[in-house]
Amino acid sequence: MAEASAGVTVTTGEVRARSRREDFRRAFLGNRLAVFGAVVLALFILMAVFAPFIAPYDPLEQEITSKFAPPSGKHLLGQDEIGRDVLSRIIYGARISLTAGLAAVAISTVMGTVVGVIAGFFGGWLDSVLMRIMDVILAFPSILLAIVIVTILGPSLPNAMLAVGIVFIPQMARVVRSAVITIRERDYIEAERAIGAGNAQIVFSGVLPNSLAPLIVQSTLTLATAILDVAALSFLGLGAQPPSPEWGAMLTDAFKSGYSVFINGQHAILFPGIAIALSVLAVNFIGDGLRDALDPRRRR
Amino acid sequence: MGRRLIQIIPVLLGVSILVFFMVRAIPGDPAQLLLGQNATEQQVQQLRAKLGLDKPQVVQYAVFLKDAATGDLGDSIVTGRSVTAELAARLPATVELTAFAMLIAVIVGVPVGVISAVKQYSLLDKIASVFALTGISMPIFWLAMILIVIFAVNLQIFPFPGRLGSDTSISAITGLVLVDSLLTLNFSGFWDGLMHLILPALALGTIPMAVVTRMTRSSMLEVMNEDYVRTARAKGVVPWRVIFKHALRNAMLPTVTVIGLQVGLLMGGAVITETIFAWPGVGQIAYQSINRRDYAMIQGVVLYGALIFILINLLVDVLYAVLDPRVRY
Repeated sequence: MAEASAGVTVTTGEVRARSRREDFRRAFLGNRLAVFGAVVLALFILMAVFAPFIAPYDPLEQEITSKFAPPSGKHLLGQDEIGRDVLSRIIYGARISLTAGLAAVAISTVMGTVVGVIAGFFGGWLDSVLMRIMDVILAFPSILLAIVIVTILGPSLPNAMLAVGIVFIPQMARVVRSAVITIRERDYIEAERAIGAGNAQIVFSGVLPNSLAPLIVQSTLTLATAILDVAALSFLGLGAQPPSPEWGAMLTDAFKSGYSVFINGQHAILFPGIAIALSVLAVNFIGDGLRDALDPRRRR
Repeated sequence: MGRRLIQIIPVLLGVSILVFFMVRAIPGDPAQLLLGQNATEQQVQQLRAKLGLDKPQVVQYAVFLKDAATGDLGDSIVTGRSVTAELAARLPATVELTAFAMLIAVIVGVPVGVISAVKQYSLLDKIASVFALTGISMPIFWLAMILIVIFAVNLQIFPFPGRLGSDTSISAITGLVLVDSLLTLNFSGFWDGLMHLILPALALGTIPMAVVTRMTRSSMLEVMNEDYVRTARAKGVVPWRVIFKHALRNAMLPTVTVIGLQVGLLMGGAVITETIFAWPGVGQIAYQSINRRDYAMIQGVVLYGALIFILINLLVDVLYAVLDPRVRY
């Protein structure tokens, strides 16, 4: 995470917008891992959208007599600790896990942008106060802070998303702030000011569009971590509650059914985890690809 | 250095204020919670007065700050033991686990990162990059369970769960199993402790390992293009010496910072790893206190966790100055 924000030094040049876009497209599509990530993520999203049509079973339908039944022709990925179809739960779980990650990132992106723009654009004491508050949030190990927030709000999936979103605000704010500071002094901002544009207009027409590149990269890389953290909170019993087929919660339910899961229910552990890892890996590939493509200095 | 020390004071104050108000924000009256549902109104009022809950928030905060500074964070609602004592008793197990995890991360991550950078775009570099990215994409609780399935259940190489086998006992001196067993020359105990340690440390160390690999690789690549490295090469310094003496030393700067930041991740990871492996550390009690709504304990874990995290990052900054004499605080 730290590495990501350190690496995001995207130049926000203003020359020849069209050719820049062309450069970006070529650089991104030339990165095989990034394209692979985009395809995998697209498949996951399709799976989430069309879950009712794809899933062979109802994700909540139990078959107590088939506890931990191994993968078979009828149940391709086997059954879980109370005989639910693992494949169907993973398919429906995509809806919950991906949305949760996206919601968390949306919260931190919006809040982080507001804080970053105010701090970077206005500077002075406002900047100092806001950034010190961000320092305090950063002083907590992120998952511990998320745990406390959810404990206050009460364990549930929306609260877990909110907690994860709050925890990532400082990183987003820092990225936006540093982009805004470099842009603030540019000639075209001076020009806008000279023709009488107000602060709000300058922020929305001049500053924000030009700090978009680092923001997109940071949001994508944060999405990967957010999916993992929401799943981790669910694993701790603070996120999605049973019988939700959220991927992290699927693993918790299997684990809580006792150590026998390690012997009889190996498939019930293996597959939900693969779903999490694969979707996060896809997002990471995309994030890396975007970073390289948006930063001319990092292009091969 | 002095300036850097002064800088952490407002952060510490901010952290304490945040923890204080967050814990007060948790729904439910602590006095009522301590006494249980059957307590009379009068009993609750008495306990509230005793705990100082009837005083203004500012006074309560001052008392909390004084108590926290003297290590008094109240008693666990569940066990009745002092929070500080409970955490202190569990700290060595966590320290041993996280230190070993970090050791694995550095021992594997740094050399792999260096080789990847030196042989950029080679097959090994590509494999290492994909592995590293996979490493940071895996949920730690899943990795932990998969390691158990493969190495403890299917292959039966490593024991599971816990910190020691039931027939092993080690006299506690430092609380660190590996150290204590060596001090008492209990070699079978050392072996048992080591075997129990490897799987959880591997689970906990994989993400830091991936991050260290990526960081070492990228900063090595940057350093290898610097003038002084080119100069060293040009004047005929042997390649391994250029890599280790001229390049790596400078490339380690960002890596050291990242290692410091990983400590925060390790704490979160410890909560999960210790829960899955039944490892009797701070992380395990953190998980248990969440499930039992043991607020005093949660407050203690978060406050001490943040404190340790801040101190370690301070230490990292000091180390930074040692590695790079140009840096002054």
